[in-house]
Amino acid sequence: MNWIYEPWPWYVAGPLIALVMFLLLLVGKQFGMSSNLRTACAAVGAGKAADFFKYDWKSERWNLTVVLGAILGGFIASNYMSDNTVEINPEVAQQLAADYQITSAGNSYLPTEIFAIEALSEPSTIFILFIGGLLVGFGARYAGGCTSGHAISGLSNLQVPSLIAVIGFFIGGLAMVHLFYPLIF
Amino acid sequence: MRYLTYLAIGVFFGIVMFKSEAASWFRIYEMFQFGSFHMYGIIGSALVLGIIGVQVIKRKKIQPIDGSAMSLHPKENSIIRYFIGGIIFGLGWALSGACPGPMYVLVGAGFPSILIVIFGALVGTFLYGAIKKYLPH
Repeated sequence: MNWIYEPWPWYVAGPLIALVMFLLLLVGKQFGMSSNLRTACAAVGAGKAADFFKYDWKSERWNLTVVLGAILGGFIASNYMSDNTVEINPEVAQQLAADYQITSAGNSYLPTEIFAIEALSEPSTIFILFIGGLLVGFGARYAGGCTSGHAISGLSNLQVPSLIAVIGFFIGGLAMVHLFYPLIF
Repeated sequence: MRYLTYLAIGVFFGIVMFKSEAASWFRIYEMFQFGSFHMYGIIGSALVLGIIGVQVIKRKKIQPIDGSAMSLHPKENSIIRYFIGGIIFGLGWALSGACPGPMYVLVGAGFPSILIVIFGALVGTFLYGAIKKYLPH
């Protein structure tokens, strides 16, 4: 039963993610985890402010159901299937500690320096989390998809636009970690 | 029944995201530092199987079980929106250490701070909808 508690290796996780995409295709849906943000905006009445949210969002309620499932899945996995620590490359862990005083690698699932409740007493932490989310939400809609919609679904369907988007994801991610992190943290 | 299926797929997805550590900030940071093959292996192996499977679906003309059309829509042609939108997304992905799927998984895993990220993502989505007509597409 150890395999349940150990982290799942990439060659298990990758095929299972492909399986999620095929299961959704078989029930007539396309794998993409950011559309639900638009559905949620539309559901709370954003259609009154912008035409982008004036559409038949009720036909997209399925993606909110997938979200509910993902929340449940996270609960089950963290409570019954994990010791909630993540081991990363020791060199990267050392660099995190030396450059940004983030020392929780290997001891927690997310860096406690950013995600622990106590960290929220720093206004800068709230700002970082909010801006991070804002960029994700804005970028995903501008690019018409996120990691699942472009890097998995779109590229599987050999879509050139998805390749452009994924190249953009990595340019943005590398710029953030290598250029902006030293300024932010 | 239909919604129970979506829910079950979501639960399965959530467990895979958490257990593969793709929902961990540390793994995202490590990926952008090229510190491990892990994340590249996850995305790469999902993609190889995805490409093969989509080809099988197209050649065998496999249809969804409810008789609807297969949701394999081509993306509309453009460069600028995918490139600029992609870069903005990537900046946020690396800053928050979470993309839209894992955000929800982390709510279930008991990290209340992630709700700030989700709130930001909703505001970002709304902002895009509000200024869409002024953006190059």
